[in-house]
Amino acid sequence: MIRNTTKLLGAATLALSLALPALAEEVRVYNWSDYIDEELLAKFEAETGIKLIYDVFDSNEVLETKLLAGSTGYDVVVPSGTFLQRQISAGAFQKLDKTKLPNLKNMWADIAERTAVYDPGNDYSINYMWGTTGIGYNVGKVAEVLGEDAPANSLALLFDPANMEKLAACGVHILDAPTEVIPAVLRYLGENPDSHDPDVLAKAEPILKAIVPYVRKFHSSEYINALANGEICVAFGWSGDVLQARDRAAEADNGIEIAYSIPKEGAMLWFDQMAITVDAPNPDGAHKFLNFIMDAENAAAASNYVYYANGNLASQEFLVEDVIADTAIYPDAETVKNLFSTTPYDQKVQKIVTRMWTAIKTGS
Amino acid sequence: MGNTRRLFLILVPYSWLLLLFLVPFAIVLKISLSDSALAIPPYTPTLDLSAGWAGIKALFADFDFENYAWLAEDNLYWKAYLSSLWIAALSTLLALMVGFPIAYGMARAPEEWRPTLMMLVILPFWTSFLIRVYSWIGILGQNGYLNQLLEWLGLIDEPLIILNTPIAVYIGIVYTYLPFMVLPIYATLEKLDADLLEAAEDLGCSRFQAFWLVTFPLSRPGVIAGCFLVFIPVVGEFVIPSLLGGSKTLMIGKVLWDEFFANRDWPVASAVAVLLLLILIIPIVLFQRQQQRQQEAEQ
Repeated sequence: MIRNTTKLLGAATLALSLALPALAEEVRVYNWSDYIDEELLAKFEAETGIKLIYDVFDSNEVLETKLLAGSTGYDVVVPSGTFLQRQISAGAFQKLDKTKLPNLKNMWADIAERTAVYDPGNDYSINYMWGTTGIGYNVGKVAEVLGEDAPANSLALLFDPANMEKLAACGVHILDAPTEVIPAVLRYLGENPDSHDPDVLAKAEPILKAIVPYVRKFHSSEYINALANGEICVAFGWSGDVLQARDRAAEADNGIEIAYSIPKEGAMLWFDQMAITVDAPNPDGAHKFLNFIMDAENAAAASNYVYYANGNLASQEFLVEDVIADTAIYPDAETVKNLFSTTPYDQKVQKIVTRMWTAIKTGS
Repeated sequence: MGNTRRLFLILVPYSWLLLLFLVPFAIVLKISLSDSALAIPPYTPTLDLSAGWAGIKALFADFDFENYAWLAEDNLYWKAYLSSLWIAALSTLLALMVGFPIAYGMARAPEEWRPTLMMLVILPFWTSFLIRVYSWIGILGQNGYLNQLLEWLGLIDEPLIILNTPIAVYIGIVYTYLPFMVLPIYATLEKLDADLLEAAEDLGCSRFQAFWLVTFPLSRPGVIAGCFLVFIPVVGEFVIPSLLGGSKTLMIGKVLWDEFFANRDWPVASAVAVLLLLILIIPIVLFQRQQQRQQEAEQ
């Protein structure tokens, strides 16, 4: 009996020792959906010989819950600025070893200055992409429903029930992200969009409740396809996602023209940051991945594919014209003045906001 | 000797119960008595075993029922529980109405067909549940197959909006849980003695009366089992309403998701889960007791 066990153990050890060298080095990346040119992933594997395991999510909340549960198994994750700030204080990330990131020299000081609000000194993260939250719309349908002078460049398109009532028939999606939608409503009302005062936040509720009957769905990723195939005509969503919908419609050649507008009232400017988890299985490989992404040509390839601006100054010479010259992607100085950023809510305010969001969505 | 063996035999199922049910429940219960915190894991206190007995004492000293009080204060939770129970009840009824005739047809089919029919009921399980729900998006969507078919048949001019409405949720739930209704009913109907029906007809019952007075009562254990198998998981269902339903479908599974993900409030999420368990278990235990008493009385 004992001899058998020893034999078995011996066999198991042998199997392990055979298996181990065969295991290639891996880096596990958890990024937003539709957020990279897949060819870049293959390129990284070819250049470094590291196997890349790439998973996607579509909400900051899902990522945060995984991070706070601990041992995600991911090396690199991509939270947005406000979430990053909170996760840094929860101890979810490790400090970057900047000696391993020579491509940091390519980064854009203007953007680094803004992201330092969330991550002082940019000690924990690099900027991957940044963008705005605005209005994606089907040009033909919206003109058909609301006339040629439809307020497509104004938040009134979404937050004025008179417009929404007419748009309901052709379909409206809104991001299922209270931290994106509520600041926009406050801006529309002329309040401070970054207010954490429950009384001010409460002012958003009646506005949203009035339009909820006309919203087909609150969702943060379905609107790309829904816009592209004509299921909906308006979406409150992220800039690059809408532009991807525009391209998918053009590729399908289905006669649908999608456009993105930064509302004249102003829009949220956000930053998606790559960071390395505190318990990353392969921090060295993670640094290699970050450095790879910060390569000027790679960053440009990513932006050319996903239609989001990046925080990499050196990449700009490699950007194609319809990315760098599009003010929906790289807004001009005048528009930038009108953009605002937000800071994370504390636990108590977060609860109030989520509760309000549930009440709004369910109409209760 | 006989006693030790019996003890051992009993020990096996009970240790499974302990390991797979009681221990996870104890963990959830413990979290529900904690407070949320910005840390990994996001609640406090956490058990510090290195401090030994003092650590355990400190853990219990920090427990309170604050989260349960919070649930009682806000009517959102009660609305969500009630709405989930209502959706589950209606789906169970629909599944029964669809499932019973299927099971009946299977049980009355020629014996050589039955394995094939059984296979057909089980077959959908061979593909992923998620893929099956996703394909309903393709069927029910505005440009989906159903609308294309209806338009082609000339029954409608404008596409019907089914996806992202409660109707789509009911379709998804009934479709997904139908086998759980069909199989237990089929199992009882198959064992049904055909002589009983013959006797009923000999004694002057019409076919319908024979069904209603003999077949249906005898299939009751299967119907009850099927209803439980559908009702209980549907109450906590999250995937189907979030993929097929719109934002207006309020279900406790969605509230739980919000507490867990949007609020990062594991303690309140755990309290919601514990309460859900109680809401489900207490009526079921009472029901079983009553059934048992009835059986004893009959004997």
